[in-house]
Amino acid sequence: MKDRALKIGLLVSGTIVLLIMGGIVFTLMSGALPTIKEYGLSFIFSSEWNPNPDREQYGALPFIMGTLMTSFLALLLCIPLSFPIALFTGEYFKGTKAASFISTMVDLLAGIPSIVYGLWGFYTLRPLMVELGLSQQGFGVFTSALVLTIMIIPYATSLSSEFIRMVPNDIKEAAFAMGATRFEVIKKVIFPAAGSGIFASYILALGRALGETMAVTMLIGNVNAIPMGLFDSGNTMASVIANQFGEADGLKLSSLITIGLLLFLLTAIVNSLGRLIIKKLSA
Amino acid sequence: MENTIIKLNNPILKLKDISVSYTAGKYAVKDVSARVAMNSITAIMGPSGCGKSTLLRAINRMHDLYPEIKVEGRASLDDKNIYQMNPMHVRKRIGMVFQRPNPFPSMSIYENVLAGYSLNGIKLKKQEKDKIVENCLRDVSLWDEVKDSLHKKGTFLSGGQQQRLCIARSIALEPEILLMDEPTSALDPIATKHIEDLLLELKKRFTIIIVTHNMGQAARISDYSMFMYMGDLVEYDKTAKMFDSPKDKRTAQYLSGQFG
Amino acid sequence: MTNTRYRQIKDKAFFYTVCAITAITMIPLISIIWELIKKGIKHINFSFFTEVAPSTLDAMLAKTAGEGMPGGIANGIVGTLLIVSVASLIAIPIGVLAGVQLAEKANSKFSHAIRFTAELLNGVPSIVLGIIAYAWVVRPITGGYSALAGSLALAIMMLPLIIRSTEESIKMLPTSLKEASLALGASYATTTIKIILPSAMSGMFTGILLSISRVMGETAPLILTALGSSVISLDLSKPSSAVPLLIWEFYNDPYLIDMIWSSSLFLLGLILLFNITAKQISKKWKTQ
Repeated sequence: MKDRALKIGLLVSGTIVLLIMGGIVFTLMSGALPTIKEYGLSFIFSSEWNPNPDREQYGALPFIMGTLMTSFLALLLCIPLSFPIALFTGEYFKGTKAASFISTMVDLLAGIPSIVYGLWGFYTLRPLMVELGLSQQGFGVFTSALVLTIMIIPYATSLSSEFIRMVPNDIKEAAFAMGATRFEVIKKVIFPAAGSGIFASYILALGRALGETMAVTMLIGNVNAIPMGLFDSGNTMASVIANQFGEADGLKLSSLITIGLLLFLLTAIVNSLGRLIIKKLSA
Repeated sequence: MENTIIKLNNPILKLKDISVSYTAGKYAVKDVSARVAMNSITAIMGPSGCGKSTLLRAINRMHDLYPEIKVEGRASLDDKNIYQMNPMHVRKRIGMVFQRPNPFPSMSIYENVLAGYSLNGIKLKKQEKDKIVENCLRDVSLWDEVKDSLHKKGTFLSGGQQQRLCIARSIALEPEILLMDEPTSALDPIATKHIEDLLLELKKRFTIIIVTHNMGQAARISDYSMFMYMGDLVEYDKTAKMFDSPKDKRTAQYLSGQFG
Repeated sequence: MTNTRYRQIKDKAFFYTVCAITAITMIPLISIIWELIKKGIKHINFSFFTEVAPSTLDAMLAKTAGEGMPGGIANGIVGTLLIVSVASLIAIPIGVLAGVQLAEKANSKFSHAIRFTAELLNGVPSIVLGIIAYAWVVRPITGGYSALAGSLALAIMMLPLIIRSTEESIKMLPTSLKEASLALGASYATTTIKIILPSAMSGMFTGILLSISRVMGETAPLILTALGSSVISLDLSKPSSAVPLLIWEFYNDPYLIDMIWSSSLFLLGLILLFNITAKQISKKWKTQ
């Protein structure tokens, strides 16, 4: 009967989704096996990366550091920018044409593909860095983080804006009725009420930044070493995979897949954390 | 559990000890037995939560949708127990009109009337289709108002018109029994009057069971009335007789407005 | 200064700061679009759409002869069309059915697992999906880089969005719709296919358009899967070009670098088109 066919279809498609996730984990882990067998946990802490077949040695630390530095810096820079925008659309101009205009602009930012951000970063930001004397050639952690900041603003803004909008009118009005200024209502009423939601949105934005590839690849300088300063070049987990995956095999391939596994775990944990907080809030 | 089993020559529907429970041990409808007369309007009345909608929905097996709901008892249509029939067949013979008008938004008015056929995979020639659409829309007094917009979606119609469309959709399948779950409670008084007049016409061809929270409506249009209270069928009698001299104290209290 | 006056000044200052920062953040957006238009529009002509990407040699020769940049991005356009269409063909049926499952049996353990997994999939970095598609298709199935591998990576990216928008659109339908259809004697399958899905169509369609626009601009997973190609090809088992891949190739070639702006402009325009269409549909649907 047609009913059975549909039920089977629903079951199969749901199972496919679960299998895909299972497959991803399995593939990453089996691909990483040779590297884990060779280095064990020290892979994470080693900073040697030498594909030369005579003295092959692989370690992920430079890339882990690169990823963490660029992403956290991007998050730090993103907060003072996205919070005002969220207030603009969620409180000050809530429901007006101005707010929907800004929301549309922010959505546009989200739609620009990563490679285009990379190009813009390369041709506009980088020369700026050089002109300001901050960096010799303009590459490095800071430039990459700057572009990342702009890329994650939409994610941080749209969610925090929603949480700010959801703060019930009656507690705001109660504060106004006592003579508080708008700023004070934001500080004393809105922020405490929407705070955890805003926090969760930043965590999700961080998750987005961690996985970003193209723009960072084009701006970070492609140097397999731990960046010691903000304006040093380096590499991220995503960018080293993008740069070195083609033609890789053997231990090198396995090491790159291991880095992929680490990246997967990192983003999964961060994203799950963010979603968990949001779920707790809507319960 | 005090029922009055009306003596009928030709009951179309026989309910015996129908009970419906939402959770184990808690009954929304308890041991309802009744015989419904053919070509009549039977009203089911009672205060909120008395189980009238639950009883109604047991008759066309709507509760099958919800696995946690248990239905016990026997309901016979032509001496065949509907709980042992294929539910899809049951619903072709027992139709239902709901409280909120719900024409299918993805279909035009024309297609809505014929929805019973298309959903059941019954193929009709264009001539037959046109005839059914016109006849049913005429039966519900909607034809003149929509004959020039048959292929538009029904969302521009007023609430009362949409409900009449839903009735047309149900009668297109020529069911023997038409179940109506508070069909006018979302409509204004004028639309309500139109539908009530419509039902008085339709009972000549169909048997109508109507749940209503409006005593006046029951008094106006129904031949027989059931009064339910907390899951029990308290009283079942000819409407005129029940309103005039109710046998049970609870019925009298309800009818005099002592509880709503 | 009185306390009140001080507070009022703080209030106003904060407000202006918020507005200023909001305006400043629009600058990168305007800058990017401006740059693309300024530098890219001059290369967009008829041959842009009909000719394949120039090779380094072609570009070198043209330069020495004092001519403009030859060629276009036809192989990239066809490649993107191919890869994204196949990805949609994979993702839409699975995504819609999974969404129906979530909407119909919202609280079963199975549905919770699917929902959780879909959310998790949504956060997987695209480069990791490239590794996966490499492992699942490039190695074992097509014996080399292929468009199919690229489609698989993109399909996995599209799934969570399609699942979620299907689930949400169905959940928004009044329950009486399903009941009315069943009350007419229709089966579950018929009700779902002929009533529920058509009624939820706008929401689902919006989700599909948005997921397409999201993957059209992806480069990283394609580097590991479709690799790129200099010819127009519809062969799924062979490497394929795509607009983002071409941009990457142009970027890495000093003679072809001028092409990056026009191709980026085209790509952005395409993405915007899908986004705006999706928004229009969703707006029309909400007012209905």
